[in-house]
Amino acid sequence: MEYEAVIGLEVHVQIKAESKIFTRCRAGFGYEPNTLVDPVIIGLPGALPVMNKRALDGIIKAGMALNCAIPDQCKWDRKNYFYPDSPNNYQITQYDQPICEGGYVEIELEGESRNVMGEHKKIKLTRIHLENDVGKLNHFSDDSLVDYNRAGTSLMEIVSEPDMHSGEDAFAFLTAIRQTMIYCGVSDCDMEKGQMRADANISVRPVGQKELGTKIELKNLNSITGVKNGINYEIKRQTNELRRGNVITQATWRWDADAGRTEHMRDKEDAHDYRYFPDPDLMPVKIDDEWRNRIRSEIPELPFDKQRRFMEEYELPYTITSVLVPDKKMSDYFESAAKQNPQQAQTIGNYVVNDLQRELYESGVSLDECKMTPDLLLTLVNTVDKGIITKQIAKAVFTEMYKSGETAEQVIERKGLKPDFDEDQVIAWCKEAIAENPKPVEDFKSGNEKAINALKGQVMKKSRGKANPQAVDGLLRELLS
Amino acid sequence: MSETPHIDIDYVAKLARINLTNDEKAKFSNQLDSILGYIEKLNELNTDEVEPTAHPHEVFNVWQEDVVKSEMSVEKALSNAPKQRQNMVVVPKVVE
Repeated sequence: MEYEAVIGLEVHVQIKAESKIFTRCRAGFGYEPNTLVDPVIIGLPGALPVMNKRALDGIIKAGMALNCAIPDQCKWDRKNYFYPDSPNNYQITQYDQPICEGGYVEIELEGESRNVMGEHKKIKLTRIHLENDVGKLNHFSDDSLVDYNRAGTSLMEIVSEPDMHSGEDAFAFLTAIRQTMIYCGVSDCDMEKGQMRADANISVRPVGQKELGTKIELKNLNSITGVKNGINYEIKRQTNELRRGNVITQATWRWDADAGRTEHMRDKEDAHDYRYFPDPDLMPVKIDDEWRNRIRSEIPELPFDKQRRFMEEYELPYTITSVLVPDKKMSDYFESAAKQNPQQAQTIGNYVVNDLQRELYESGVSLDECKMTPDLLLTLVNTVDKGIITKQIAKAVFTEMYKSGETAEQVIERKGLKPDFDEDQVIAWCKEAIAENPKPVEDFKSGNEKAINALKGQVMKKSRGKANPQAVDGLLRELLS
Repeated sequence: MSETPHIDIDYVAKLARINLTNDEKAKFSNQLDSILGYIEKLNELNTDEVEPTAHPHEVFNVWQEDVVKSEMSVEKALSNAPKQRQNMVVVPKVVE
């Protein structure tokens, strides 16, 4: 019998803000334990929460970018439970009136190769709501230590429909969410800093069966690759159980990335009773068109839209766009140069994803700080385009320009890279090359097109790489005809 | 309401993670039932014409701009903790 997996994800994303969601104490990562706390965070009696406007703006922006509806009103509820990560003994969240409803995430699956765009599909969302993050527990052999720095950070929970079927789907889903959030400036989604966390609900059923199989909740998926591997392992495990005629019991499992397998954590105790009720300390939120329109106007062009446009407008190959587009600043850099010389867009794209990325990486300098501005890059592209220097020499010029911040002309002048010979000299070299290499000449004349490259190489060598290869090609053909 | 409202004291104590003696159970059970009975009075009102509301005040959108005001010192924040180590609150080992 054939089986299929059905997967839903719950993705928690921290909203980037200076202060916390319900108090103006600083929010941040990497601070000394329990230094980002105040009476609201540690739940002292009498402390009252007040909403952070930026968190609301952030989730509305995220929701709109993920195609959700933003209802006119939402409210806050208390989710009651006792656990040391939550000093209030409740989490403030949104139960029946979330701020974002429905929506979908456009995802791209891996293509046949790196050069080919993969299949795109839409994964449906149920909702996105806002809540406070909780403290962090550090477990030791005899006890646990609690740090409340993370508690009260603005946290979105993005809930998908059971609309995915493989680890690859989930991988693409998280990648798309991450890129969208970064583009919108809502979150950096750094999983190592806990800014994005995912839990998966996974069930397996025979193909054709309508009702879902028993679901397993999978935790401890600490990276996007972990999500993919953990889910794929769990699908295989559940399928094997079912094939053997065993029954899956609802439970929580955890992914052990080091061991490369999932392990049982706990059975689903009697369904949690969170006794939700409206939080009396917080007023509901009303959202009007003016607010919605303001946020909508702040949403930038989203990654897949930009990629499609780059491929169409600048005729960039998929490979270049797939490197450029995930990095918004890099895309903006490319476009500010490409707009000024669209004919050379592909060349510009190549410089950006190859030479520029390499130099940035090697020098450890950020794009904002680097001396090679888009306008400077254009001076290089233009000198090659005019045939002043070859592509080969341009590589070296690029490196110099990157270091010094000079224009291409300045570097060419300073380093004496401009050809110091005239066309007659090039013709003389071509004649020499023909005289010295009878074999390739013969091959070319008898129809082997590629044989001309050997001659071309000789001429380039004689010119110390400064001759224009196209011109050399033309001259050789003329002389050989 | 036909029945007198009743709170399952064992269930509530379990949710709150507290141990109660039998005497306490009897005592709190009575107290909680009498509070419930008091609240139950609301059910005598006819609310057919009243719209459900999340908050008794007709006030919305109470917020602050995202500007950091102040934090507490670690010493002060942890001063009520029964036990602390490395500036963190020590709690019994939580089995995950």
